[in-house]
Amino acid sequence: MGKTIRVLIGKPGLDGHDRGAKVVANALRDAGMEVIYTGLHQTPEMIAEAAVQEDVDVVGLSILSGAHMTMFPRILELLREKGAGHIKVFGGGIIPAEDAERLEAAGVARLFGPGTDTRDIVDFIRKNFAQSA
Amino acid sequence: MKRDPDIALLLDEFSRGRVAAAARLITIVENGGDRAEAVMDGVFPMTRGAYRIGFTGPPGAGKSTLVFRMSRILRGEGKRIGVIAVDPTSPFSGGALLGDRIRMQSLSEDPEIFVRSLASRGSLGGISSCTDEVADLLDAFGKDLVLIETVGVGQSELEIAEKAHTVVVILVPESGDGVQAMKAGLMEIGDVFVMNKADHRDAVGAARELEETLRLKDVPEEGWRPPVVLASATRETGIDEVRERIEEHRRHLEERGLLAEKRRRVLYSRVRGAFMDRVERRVWEHESVRSVIERGMEDVYGGRLSPYRLVRELERLVAGGLQM
Repeated sequence: MGKTIRVLIGKPGLDGHDRGAKVVANALRDAGMEVIYTGLHQTPEMIAEAAVQEDVDVVGLSILSGAHMTMFPRILELLREKGAGHIKVFGGGIIPAEDAERLEAAGVARLFGPGTDTRDIVDFIRKNFAQSA
Repeated sequence: MKRDPDIALLLDEFSRGRVAAAARLITIVENGGDRAEAVMDGVFPMTRGAYRIGFTGPPGAGKSTLVFRMSRILRGEGKRIGVIAVDPTSPFSGGALLGDRIRMQSLSEDPEIFVRSLASRGSLGGISSCTDEVADLLDAFGKDLVLIETVGVGQSELEIAEKAHTVVVILVPESGDGVQAMKAGLMEIGDVFVMNKADHRDAVGAARELEETLRLKDVPEEGWRPPVVLASATRETGIDEVRERIEEHRRHLEERGLLAEKRRRVLYSRVRGAFMDRVERRVWEHESVRSVIERGMEDVYGGRLSPYRLVRELERLVAGGLQM
């Protein structure tokens, strides 16, 4: 049996807008991936622990609250601490270009802005996964 | 079988309690094949007989929420908990949306609770085909109890009955006549019934109706008669009573030697199932078998040979001994 790509989609922090996260989760499911959706109001600890227990290949975070400069680095750090530094993290939301640059330099695999075609996200994960497998 | 260095390393970390190693081993087991078997060879001797509780019922009955509440109660008793939450795989895309964690969020903060979501991956019995193996892994990882949540079931997804020591069936008053329709299957596998959403105006009536139906069940003297508990998983009422009934059922099984018997029966059927899969594959792909099939099928297609005559020829071939 071939390896199925497992993805965790989470929403860290306090904003309650999960439409984007759900659209992405559905698109990845339809692309044949197993998507663990953790719902709203997650702490970085909850997301990192869930990602480790579920042994996902990729974590996708949706952040619309402006807390991206805290959330992304913290989750990357926690994943490394838990021995899961190989898990790739990508994100989506309202993230200014200069912040996106800094986050990508800090280890976030990719940030997708508003208006992204879900097929681009599917392709991105497939390509990245092929590299890490 | 040669020892995979990667797996040996993971097993070593696993035995030292590393969560990431346990999670990776579960993935290997899920993906099947020789590596999965190598993992199980290492893990099985480490199992300590964790008690397995199944939670099943129709979609939306409140299974995830009840599992979440139950996990918290059990943690309060100092128990270490493994949770296996199964959701369906789409037969069209092969993908799956695993959403049980939404209702178990704060469990992620407790390191003594390990929650793993599994996709059913084509298995039709309401659970994943590797549920036994993942439960073994959690058992070997030091969990005292393994809670298994099935997909939302209808009338025929009853495999949980063969995997769990106690089966909790969760129903809701809204099911109404739907409950009637489900009686055949679900009513036979439940050891404890929960009428969830107890705040619903029809809940008491529905629970009474359920009790009456269960009373008609033919239970031997001193046998277990499944109780019905009114509960509300979201409002947190009745959960303690569900816990007590599960414990009573466990004692019932233990005192009569039925638990040991059940464990033996499960292991026996696992060996049988795994052996049959393997034999089937090897025989079906065997050169001599292939050539008899290919030749014979032409006659079957042409209507000259009965399919069963061909089968008997194959059986004689196998009985005569295949060079494996």
